[in-house]
Amino acid sequence: MPQVSLTVNGKRHTVEVETRTLLVELLREKLGLTGTHVGCDTSQCGACVVHVDGTSVKSCTFLAVQADGASVTTIEGLAAADGTLHPMQAAFREHHALQCGFCTPGMVMSAIDLVNSHKERMSEAEIRHGLEGNLCRCTGYHNIVKAVAAAQEVMHGRAQAAE
Amino acid sequence: MGHEGIGAAVKRKEDERFLAGRGHYVDDMNRPGQAHAHLRRSDRPHARILGIDTAAAAAMPGVVAILTAADFEAAGVGGLPCGWAVKSKDGSPMIEPMHPVLASGKVRHVGDPVAVVIAETRAEARDAAEALVVSYEDLPSAAGVRDALAAGAALVHDEAAGNVCYDWEIGDRALVDGAFAQAARVVRLALTNNRLVPNAMEPRAALGDFDPSSGEYTLITTSQNPHVIRLLMGAFVLHIPEHKLRVIAPDVGGGFGSKIYHYAEEAIVTFAAGRLRRPVKWTADRSESFVSDAHGRDHDTVAEMALDAQGNYLALRVSTIANMGAYLSTFAPSIPTYLYATLLAGVYKTPVIYAEVKAVFTNTVPVDAYRGAGRPEAAYLLERLTDVIAHDTGMDRVELRRRNFIPAGAFPYQTPVALQYDSGNYERTLEVAMKAADWAGFPARRAQAQARGRLRGIGMSTYLEACGIAPSHIAGALGARAGLYEVANIRVHPTGSVTVFTGSHSHGQGHETTFAQIVAEKLGVGIAQVDVVHGDTKEVPFGMGTYGSRSLAVGGSAMVKALDKVIAKGKRIAAHLMEAAVADIEFADGKFTVSGTDKSKTLTDISLAAYIPHNYPIEELEPGLEEIAFYDPKNFTYPGGCHIAEVEIDPETGVVSMVNFVAVDDIGTVINPMIVHGQVHGGVAQGIGQALLEHAQYDQAGQLVSGSFMDYVMPRADDLPAIHVGTESTPCLTNPLGSKGVGEVGAIGSPPAVINAVVDALREYGVRHLDMPASAPKIWSIIRAGQSRAAAE
Amino acid sequence: MYAFAYQKPATVAEAVKLLSADPEAKALAGGMTYIPVLKQRLARPSAVVDLSGLGLAGIGVSGGVVTIGAMTTHAAVAASAEVRRAIPALAALAGGIGDNEVRHRGTIGGSLANDDPTADYPAAVLALGATLRTDRRTIAADGYFQGMFTTALEPGEIITAVAFPVPEKAGYAKFPNPASRYAMVGVFVARGPQGVRVAVTGAGQGGVFRHTAMEKALEKSWSADALAGVATPAEGLNADLHGSAEYRAHLVGVMARRALAAAG
Ligand code: FES
Ligand code: FES
Repeated sequence: MPQVSLTVNGKRHTVEVETRTLLVELLREKLGLTGTHVGCDTSQCGACVVHVDGTSVKSCTFLAVQADGASVTTIEGLAAADGTLHPMQAAFREHHALQCGFCTPGMVMSAIDLVNSHKERMSEAEIRHGLEGNLCRCTGYHNIVKAVAAAQEVMHGRAQAAE
Repeated sequence: MGHEGIGAAVKRKEDERFLAGRGHYVDDMNRPGQAHAHLRRSDRPHARILGIDTAAAAAMPGVVAILTAADFEAAGVGGLPCGWAVKSKDGSPMIEPMHPVLASGKVRHVGDPVAVVIAETRAEARDAAEALVVSYEDLPSAAGVRDALAAGAALVHDEAAGNVCYDWEIGDRALVDGAFAQAARVVRLALTNNRLVPNAMEPRAALGDFDPSSGEYTLITTSQNPHVIRLLMGAFVLHIPEHKLRVIAPDVGGGFGSKIYHYAEEAIVTFAAGRLRRPVKWTADRSESFVSDAHGRDHDTVAEMALDAQGNYLALRVSTIANMGAYLSTFAPSIPTYLYATLLAGVYKTPVIYAEVKAVFTNTVPVDAYRGAGRPEAAYLLERLTDVIAHDTGMDRVELRRRNFIPAGAFPYQTPVALQYDSGNYERTLEVAMKAADWAGFPARRAQAQARGRLRGIGMSTYLEACGIAPSHIAGALGARAGLYEVANIRVHPTGSVTVFTGSHSHGQGHETTFAQIVAEKLGVGIAQVDVVHGDTKEVPFGMGTYGSRSLAVGGSAMVKALDKVIAKGKRIAAHLMEAAVADIEFADGKFTVSGTDKSKTLTDISLAAYIPHNYPIEELEPGLEEIAFYDPKNFTYPGGCHIAEVEIDPETGVVSMVNFVAVDDIGTVINPMIVHGQVHGGVAQGIGQALLEHAQYDQAGQLVSGSFMDYVMPRADDLPAIHVGTESTPCLTNPLGSKGVGEVGAIGSPPAVINAVVDALREYGVRHLDMPASAPKIWSIIRAGQSRAAAE
Repeated sequence: MYAFAYQKPATVAEAVKLLSADPEAKALAGGMTYIPVLKQRLARPSAVVDLSGLGLAGIGVSGGVVTIGAMTTHAAVAASAEVRRAIPALAALAGGIGDNEVRHRGTIGGSLANDDPTADYPAAVLALGATLRTDRRTIAADGYFQGMFTTALEPGEIITAVAFPVPEKAGYAKFPNPASRYAMVGVFVARGPQGVRVAVTGAGQGGVFRHTAMEKALEKSWSADALAGVATPAEGLNADLHGSAEYRAHLVGVMARRALAAAG
């Protein structure tokens, strides 16, 4: 079995995987990082989004062997060591942008990348369009859009974080 | 502490773990020694199973066991039970065919499981399941109700002649026919309610375990009601007594009805765990969810309204054919009957109503409750019919509604279809919604849209629903095989913190927060002092679970009852400690006070005394401060309101864009407005999805062609508008909280509002009605036909 | 997924050798289509040859040609200042493929080698008259697409880059499938060194195709009016639960007009 060495949330791991193992399976089953979810088998829902070398990807459409040498951030790695939430996490809580929580990790990871790649203020329509790779069945997206709109202000230093 | 009690928009307690990725969903859990199950499912809609050759599969790496129907039959495993019996017009019971956990003899829909492979890893189980050789003899099939009812259609079950499960009716036919004979005008509308796939984002999963030393089975499952699963699976399927069966529904990633039912996979992993003496886990792929989670809706209906010359509704006559799918799912028979036809009065004072419902077996996935369950179908029918009446008679659609509303002064109001509404004010929600949507300003917006080459339409629905399911004696009289009360256990710990054990189950609703708010309100403690425990039959005494918007109205009321008992006992302890009469003790803001004095004791003083009963009325009172209550509702609750949708259509492509949506709902007392708004947003999104996008479509060959997210159109962020939510309150009079239930209103009120808006946008093309979903090609065909008609004239 | 061997060669030559030696081996670029195919067990390769180590990503502009390395992601093309300047329609097209996460991984070479009939890039390549460079030759766009999922690539042949001549004007418009968001109909119009070219993706049963009737009309007059009389026959177009062939034929006209408007 091939070995994969990667850094996840700042910690180095070397794991044996099958070549057919997906990154999401490596994270969930080998490393016990079950915050990253699987909501579909056609790469449509975005529940599995993580950051690989700083950009958002669908970990269900990514072979574990492809992550050799990569640095991966999952939802578990977002908050500060003292538990302080990332501004996106804080905004989701503040604006009630999650209900069952299943889409949430992928949604948060996608949203962070979206904001990171848009220094200028995104409109509501741009945020909606930017989240097209993430399905949520609970919230109707209304509050997710509000949360992302608020978080972009904090992430780009235009406003203070929600408590 | 009042700011954390009823009415406060406090942030959710559960969010921190979900946001940190520390939720505990079923698939996140693993047990030592666990094996994995994969189901081999039928790829044919209807076929005789000639044989299953397991030899090659059994030799595959990692295979632990292969089970087929024969293994379950040999062990005496029962069929999956149906929880609701409906009688036909002639008094005969519905046809209730056996629903084996694995298909026996025949497969009856694509997705029907025929065998299960258990292996060391998930991939190995799937590899081996593919290596099973199943030989079939194909049989003719029918996916649609009309095809299944056609003369000579192949029978899904031999015992169901003509594929009819039941042929049921409600109301007085003669009276209704008489009214039609007198009517100045009759308006008729044929419509379908499109079949949907619930698609909670978390696929179903189940993990079974068995402890040989205690003989106890554990099932961890994606369920909205673990106690119900324990009851059904234990008593009817696997014959395991309750005390040896623990069912846990941990964090569950959305349900919307689809996780109410007892599914075969739950019984399979539990049975296999017992047989193999090791844990067995199954997690659905999304593709499996599409062909194994119960679907929703799928009605084919003709409705007729008799009117007088002024547009007053005289009588309603409805004939519906409901698709049951291939087997009866747990609640299926009740959905198109007691949760649908009893709602056909809606907000209108139609004096007489008759409805008949034929439930039909087809070669499709079973159909059962999906968010709203029966009530969206009723609201859609009434609100479409009302707009069509306006269209046909030339009356104003708002005026027509107002004319027929049950007036605010008419409550309690007895409908001709069994229900008695306790409260409501339909005029008020209508007015508030019209104002919020700027109904009056619409013509200007339409003109502006026209200038941009867009067709703009506005539509409303004034809907009503019945939820907070349900008074047990009524449900029982209507065929329910279970009670529908709820249970709450309140434990005040010695130092005054509180644990609530509730039979309700939260899978997104935020009970950990709202239930804590109720405790905060009643006991005057902070919500941080309150923990809510749910979803484990070993911890929670009993419960009926969460569906039919019942958690607050029924589960919350049980809590209030238990809290009242706690307070009553606290008063007796306080009376003893302060040497006063019990009648003189008042309780407010967490303090027991001797009325008219400044003598008082805190809740903590009392709880400490209760657990350390050194100075305690031990002769007359047991120590401890813990109470349990079962609450059986006196009536359903009746939320209602007005939804207004505004759409724009691109006439070149037929694409409909939602440009505005307003929902004003009367849901009685609101515990947490933030959460309530979220519930409405989600429901409305699903309703808009039904109206514009979603459709579970079978082809002639019986295949589900919209069987993945590649073809089933799930609403995405950019398909939806911002949703304006308003709430109004005429408190429910039959439960102690005055709450009516909010989980389903969004999905019930919105579809007709959207379609009414679409039809309005298309008015120049001569459209009277179109069936959901209002997809782009459908709209384009209408526009094209309208254009060529206009050109021909 | 079925089990397979995984190889990650460091040079093009090595990759070609691996793929040529084993007809059951399959190249993996971004994997945005191929990994889902593997997951659904619709393919059973003996080996997967990962092309990400070959150094094939990158964008260059010179002499009126935009050259994009085969492993360049859609996101990189969409964000490239050079592409946006030279062929804004191409950057816009890349920015509209899939969603953010797909664009972060999906590559131009992978898209073209796979030749999904509902992919966007084939329309740009065909309409812009691009040239595909491979490990062994160059292939003109007109000879490259040979029906859906079928291209002129030989077994073991690897696309290394795609060269787009800079057009005077170009525009792309697509009508996405409402569920998958792949192109139900996508039309790319271009006027450049090779004259007017119009390519349609998504609609045709045989994959991407040139719309010669539209080309002729636009050759005469580069305007929406010129397209008014041009019919698109429904014959040969796809029909499914998302729309009939007639609807798609109609959309070809609408998208062509919108592409033209975008081109200016
Ligand atoms: S799990 Fe659905 S996109 Fe990855
Ligand atoms: S919060 Fe449940 S799916 Fe998004």
